[in-house]
Order: sequence, then C-alpha cells, then structure tokens
Amino acid sequence: MKQIISNCYLTRKMIAEISLWEKKYPRNQKASIVIPGLHIIQQNNNGYLTMELMKSLANYLGLPFTIVYELATFYSMYNLEPVGKNIINICTNISCLLNGADDIVKFVEKKLSTPVGETSKDGKFTIKTVECQGACCGAPMLELNRVFYEKLDFDKVEKILDGIK
Amino acid sequence: MTNKVCLRTLSLSKPRSLDTYLSIGGYSSLINILSNRIPPSEIIQQIKNSGLRGRGGAGFPTGTKWGFISRDFCTQKYVVCNSDEGEPGTCKDREILRNNPHQIIEGMAIAGYVMSATIGYNYVRAEYYEPIDIFEAALLEAQEAGFIGKNIRNSGIDFELYCSIGAGSYVCGEETALLNSLEGKKGFPRLKPPFPATNGLYGCPTNVNNTETYASVPVILQYGSDWFSKLGYDKKSGTKIFCISGHVNKPIIVEVGLGIPFQNLLAMAGGVKEGFNVKAVIPGGSSSKILSSSDLKDLKMNYEDLSLAGSMLGSGGVVVLSERTCMVKILTRIVSFYHEESCGQCTPCREGTGWMLKILNKILENKAKKSDVDNLVRIACNIEGNTICALGEAVAWPVQSYIEKFKNEFYAKIKS
Repeated sequence: MKQIISNCYLTRKMIAEISLWEKKYPRNQKASIVIPGLHIIQQNNNGYLTMELMKSLANYLGLPFTIVYELATFYSMYNLEPVGKNIINICTNISCLLNGADDIVKFVEKKLSTPVGETSKDGKFTIKTVECQGACCGAPMLELNRVFYEKLDFDKVEKILDGIK
Repeated sequence: MTNKVCLRTLSLSKPRSLDTYLSIGGYSSLINILSNRIPPSEIIQQIKNSGLRGRGGAGFPTGTKWGFISRDFCTQKYVVCNSDEGEPGTCKDREILRNNPHQIIEGMAIAGYVMSATIGYNYVRAEYYEPIDIFEAALLEAQEAGFIGKNIRNSGIDFELYCSIGAGSYVCGEETALLNSLEGKKGFPRLKPPFPATNGLYGCPTNVNNTETYASVPVILQYGSDWFSKLGYDKKSGTKIFCISGHVNKPIIVEVGLGIPFQNLLAMAGGVKEGFNVKAVIPGGSSSKILSSSDLKDLKMNYEDLSLAGSMLGSGGVVVLSERTCMVKILTRIVSFYHEESCGQCTPCREGTGWMLKILNKILENKAKKSDVDNLVRIACNIEGNTICALGEAVAWPVQSYIEKFKNEFYAKIKS
C-alpha cells in the first residue's frame, strides 16, 4: 500500500478498497482506476464526492485533477452534492413508463413529501428518476441501497419505504 | 424448446454455481481445446458454421470478427465483454450474469486462447450490483478451480479475467466508448477505422463481444455448430434471448430459436394486457424502428425478416404497445432518453436531440404547428449518418418511423 500523502482525505478503508482495483489494470494505466475509485469514495462518504476527495484520488494515483473531475462530471452515477441517507432511483424509461412508473414517482413524492431530485427534510431520502436499469421484464422498478425492487405497486412501494430506517 | 444455450442453467437448482455448471459439461469445451491444442482456425471455422452473430445489437458475424485479430502479432492483446446493457427494453445480459456467469467466463477464456490474448475484462454497468457480485464470485470459483489464471491446467496458456464497472452512461455500450471508459476516459465513441481489432484497449488489439455472444460459444463447441444452428426456426441461425416487456400480461425473458413467429413470442408473454389489441411493437430495443400491428401478422423474429419489415432484431428487447398508447408520449420519452445520454461529442446528435425534444414537448402540449412535425423528420434525417457512433441513428430511426407510421396522432395534437 502506498504511503498516505499529506493532505490526503482518503480513508484507510477507501485506500484498501482502491488498491484491490489497482491489481486489475496494467501498472502504467492508473486512469483506469478512477471510475471504480470514485465509486468507492462516494460509497464511503455518505453517497457523494467532494473536491478534497477527488483531489486526493488524483494525488494518490499520480494523475492530473482534471482527469478525475472530468469523469466525475461525465458519468451520471456520481453525486457532487450531499444526498440523503437513502437514494431512491425510480426508472421511468419505456417499459416502466408503460407500466405506471409515473404513478410510482408521484406516490413516492407524496409519501415522502419530497419532489423528485430533492432530499427529504430529515435527510433520510433523496428521490431520483433514472434511465433504463435493465429490469424491463420486472417493470415498474426502483433501486434502493443497491437492491432492485421489481413489479412494483403502491403497496409494495409503501412497504419498501416503511422498511427503511 | 426454450433456454437451451445461454440460459440453460435456469431450470437447474443453484443455476449459478460452479458445480451446476460442471454437471452440464461446463468448461469441457475449454479443457478440450487446451489439452488437445485445437488450432484456433478450427474454432473460428466452427463459430462461423454455427451462424452466431453479435448479440449486442449490430449482428456482426462472430467467427469473422474473431478472425480479425492476428494470432501471430506479438503484443499484449485483450478480450473484452460488453455487459453494459442499457438499451431500453433489454434485460437479457443481466439474466445471464445472474444465472450462468461461468459460461461467460468460459466463452471469454476460449476467445482469449483463439486470439492469444492473456487478459480479459468484463465491463458491467455499475447499476448491476447483484450481477456484479455474482460474476465476481464466479471469477473466484473459476480461479480456484484453475479454469482461468496462470498456466491453465498445465497447458502453458494464461488468461487473467477481471470484472470492470461503468458509472452510468448509455453510450459506453458502444464498443469504442466502452474501451475509452475502461481506459479511464469519458465515454466518447472513437472514429473507426482503426477498429478495436488493431487499436483497441490501451491501443492494443482487442476483441469486444456482447455477453450473450461469449456465453453462446462454449455450448456451440460442446454440441457442435450444426446442433446450434438447427436450434433456429430457420434451421440455420441458432438461438436468441428475447425480453418481452411493456403491455403484456407476463413479461418474460426467454431464449428461443431465431425466426420464431412474433405471435408465438407474444403468446409466451401471456398476450396483451387487459385484452387489448397490439398497436405497435418496438422489436429490438428503443432504437429500432417501430412496427405497426399490420407489420406483425406473419413476422418472423430474425435478422433478415426484421430488416425486410423495415426495422431490426437489435438487442432482442421487444416492447409491446397496446392500442391505448399515445405514440407522441412514447416518442417524447425515447428522445428525452437519447438527449440525456448523448455524449455531446458530435454536434448533430448533441444539438439535434435537444431540438427534437423541445418540439415534441410542444406537440404534447398542443402548442405546435404542422411544420414542427415536418421539422422533426428533417432534424432526424440530418442526424442520421452524421455522427461518430450509432447513437445518432438510434434517435433518428424512432423519430422517422413513429411519424411515418402514426402521423395522424402527431397531427391530431397540432393547434388548429
């Protein structure tokens, strides 16, 4: 493991997880580690990335900061602002739309008194709509804490949301 | 006769485990190849004879593609699997990853041997949390059992295989964008030529295939190309996984012979919801041209017939729309998807998708003029063929075909 450089905001846990990815790519291709690295950092930092953490990753990998920032802004799964403790990703693409995704979105918005794209006042939930998640035969679907919930109806959604602490 | 190839473990208990896979002859193709040093040209010939074509959407003959990489070329080569499944209506690769991961591994290891590539990556979209965990676990199993890694079964052949992830970008499903993403760059598709076979990952010769394509290979070699090709309804093109979703009673992911009549597929999915009639069908993912009910009567689901019908087989994502569907709303949703996912590299796609979305929203709000509908088609035609990757066509084709087939619905929303 590399020595932790000064001004490095990466935690030991982050570095340990990132170093597993370093083994997958050629030694001179550090940029390949940025995408998984950002996922790891985000997951260990309450679901979002900060400038300090992105700079730290660039330093750790010996890459210009622009490479890291470019990827963090290009790919849609990275959050550059604080998010709720739980992010609800509701698919609204075609198969889900045909099976009532719009109503599921409205139901979640009402239930949590929070509009899509925003975080509930208690900081517990952020509601997002997302593009096709590849669960078209289980439409409508949502993803919450890395789990796909499929063939949704209002009862199911209610139970899922009530089950979150 | 369903689920005979990529989904053949589905009916077994513990479908994803190594033991189950071994019990049906899994890894026997790889071991046979390595222990008998079957010449790569022979394997390529078998793949060609099987009629296997790229299952990601483009349908390029797999055997021919494998032949593009020179085996003698003394440099690092790579095999890459495209599990960045994101075409709306498509959910088949997820099913293979979750239920038959070892067959993908075996297929990639065989490809590695054929092209003398010693490193492979399976690029899986990051939203596939469960499939990624399952694939990683299968990699460990395969490693421990000695089917991948250094000096596989004392053959002197090395093949290291890793799972890689994306971060939420549809365009990374395009093979050169995927390679850029693997290299740690934005998912910008590259100009071709040069093709990945000569300048792929890290500038090295690289073979990229879809998950379903790799997973078909071990079974073809196990039972023979003849057996595989005859699984097709036309007795020559093998099997394909279809995902039938939308307005159907029982959405289903099923692997059947290519050339299956559309009506059979629809019956497998339990028919149209609530007893309505079919209004239209998206036959191969949201980018394929739409078919109206009159196109469906004797339609056979294979590459040739769908092309004759004016659309394409694509990824096998079949979305059924009932007679109560508003086509303007559906097209607006599809264009909004491509607008969101356009990487922004080519002006016609970056700007065109936005213009079309604005116009479609205007039509939906009954604020558009008749000339706006004509403009939509004009913009679509100016995108088609003028972009680096096929995302341009992927948005142009729906716009052109929805308006061609359902013009009255668009005109009905014009303000008088």
